[in-house]
Amino acid sequence: MLRLEDLTVEINGKHVLTNINLEIKKGELLVLFGPNGSGKTSLLMTIMGFPRYKVVKGRIIFKGKDITNLPVYERAKMGIGISFQRPPTITGLKTRDLVKLCTHGRDIDIEALAKELNFTHLLDRDVNDGLSGGEIKRSELLQLMAQQPDLVLLDEPESGVDLENIALIGETIKKILGRTPTKALAYRSLKEEKLEKKKSGLIITHTGHILRYVPADKGRILYKGKMCVGGNPFEILEQISKYGYQECIRCLNGEQNMI
Amino acid sequence: MSERGTEYDLTSLPEEEKKILAEAGIEIAPEKREGTFIQQNLEVVHCEVKQEGLEVLPIKEALQKYDWLNDYFWQGISPDKDEYTMAVKEGPFNGYFIRALSGVKNIIPIQAALLIATPGFQQNVHNIVIVEEGAELHIITGCLTAPHVTQGVHFGMSEFYIKKGGKLTYTMVHRWGRDVVVRPRTAVNVEEKGQFISNYITLGEVKSVQSFPSVRLEGEGAVARLHSVLVAPSGAHLDIGGEVICAAPRTRAEIISRAMTTGGEVISRGRLVGEVKEVKGHLECKGLILKKGFIHAIPELVAKTDEVELSHEAAVGKIAQEEIEYLMARGLDEEEATSVIVRGFLEADIEGLPVALQKKLDEVIEQTSKDLL
Repeated sequence: MLRLEDLTVEINGKHVLTNINLEIKKGELLVLFGPNGSGKTSLLMTIMGFPRYKVVKGRIIFKGKDITNLPVYERAKMGIGISFQRPPTITGLKTRDLVKLCTHGRDIDIEALAKELNFTHLLDRDVNDGLSGGEIKRSELLQLMAQQPDLVLLDEPESGVDLENIALIGETIKKILGRTPTKALAYRSLKEEKLEKKKSGLIITHTGHILRYVPADKGRILYKGKMCVGGNPFEILEQISKYGYQECIRCLNGEQNMI
Repeated sequence: MSERGTEYDLTSLPEEEKKILAEAGIEIAPEKREGTFIQQNLEVVHCEVKQEGLEVLPIKEALQKYDWLNDYFWQGISPDKDEYTMAVKEGPFNGYFIRALSGVKNIIPIQAALLIATPGFQQNVHNIVIVEEGAELHIITGCLTAPHVTQGVHFGMSEFYIKKGGKLTYTMVHRWGRDVVVRPRTAVNVEEKGQFISNYITLGEVKSVQSFPSVRLEGEGAVARLHSVLVAPSGAHLDIGGEVICAAPRTRAEIISRAMTTGGEVISRGRLVGEVKEVKGHLECKGLILKKGFIHAIPELVAKTDEVELSHEAAVGKIAQEEIEYLMARGLDEEEATSVIVRGFLEADIEGLPVALQKKLDEVIEQTSKDLL
């Protein structure tokens, strides 16, 4: 689905990501750990294609196509969707209308989606106007549900969300990724199973809480703009919880076989 | 067209003229009209009203019919205020008299069109609107030039009187030729618990508009809300604003202005005056410069005693790149994203626009965004 090849990225002439190699397969969910300032958000923004993030070396391959120089909206149309951590307020644009724009003409029941996300009462509010941290997350996920991307980029989906809502956020992410079967497992045909595994995801987190609600297939650590190690996401999280980032980088780097 | 009587069938108007009227917010279909007044140059060519308790008359006819109208005529505006008021006082004029009798409410707006049909014509207008106690009146006025008329002068006096508990929602839409000069002078008086809601819209070309309506909240608990949506294309000079004088306790005022320039000049004025204690007012001036143009926002707050609560908020600038990128991440190209943001900026919180006008507003915004990219 997505392959980053030897990607080096600058903002205003300053290196933020160096020689990044990463692959996310069809149906795979990857969780990227890293302390604040390690370049996680920059990586998502680069994949989405924001011009401030300048690719000075390497390539981004999505669905087999080199998208390194494609504008943001072309990438969105190809099937990349992103949940922002701090999206801007847009005065005069109702969230309902933005969600409608996200459907791009597909027949989607916005009311039903909003109800699921406990967002009905906020649909007619201007986009992100006066929303709490948790409400912003729900607004972002609502837009993604309407957009139905094949690759979902999630920037700290659990930050600022209270305990009551984090399960809802987790469930919704699973839905967006096609990981919540609409029928009981036993009744699904092979074809349906295949369809549901089509969506891929990249979640970034520095606390790892979201893993409890959305089990990821793989984990990686980004540290000072460099992709360090990969492996079982739960093991990586345990290492980080016990020893912190510095320690686990040193340790895991010694065990190159985990990559 | 001078042979048109006041019962002239609007549906037989030339298509081009219908389109222009629609763009200025005037509905042609009979079932969509409650009351209609059309003045061409100085002649009233159509004047009718269906609903009981509503009156629509040419102002001259009304002055003959009602002696008491002299208690309202030139009472809000002083005739020797400036050269434009003098011109209307001295020269030939026409205009409308619209009144809602006590307790009467209209849902479908009364629509009035003031049309300049001859190139270079000086149209003098004097309008009086009276909302009697507890009545609710909704009026849309389109000020416009006929197709192919690019030059003209419009001097428009408007005096509105809102009695105790009455409400007037007044939408004014300008749609002029390129070289038209417009000088409206407006005074509004609002009694106890009365409400005045104004939408003032100019989106297209015009040479110069200078307008500064003055609203006096005279009775306790009266409310005024002035909302302008201004777009200044290249060559246009808009000096538009308004003042609300809070002259009685517990009166509230709100002035909101959204101005966008695509090459023209905008002076956006707002003035709130607190004359007595316990009044509240908020002023919001927002300006957007797309590529080039000039915006001068002049928000003024005047407090003449303590215990007044007046505030203002002014911001002028370009569209935030962050907002465009946010929408692009949802699959909108740059042009679409700009258009969505501009529409939001201009239409935020505007109330009670008729469908045709809303559509026109959308179209203009879309076209503007296209022209820019």
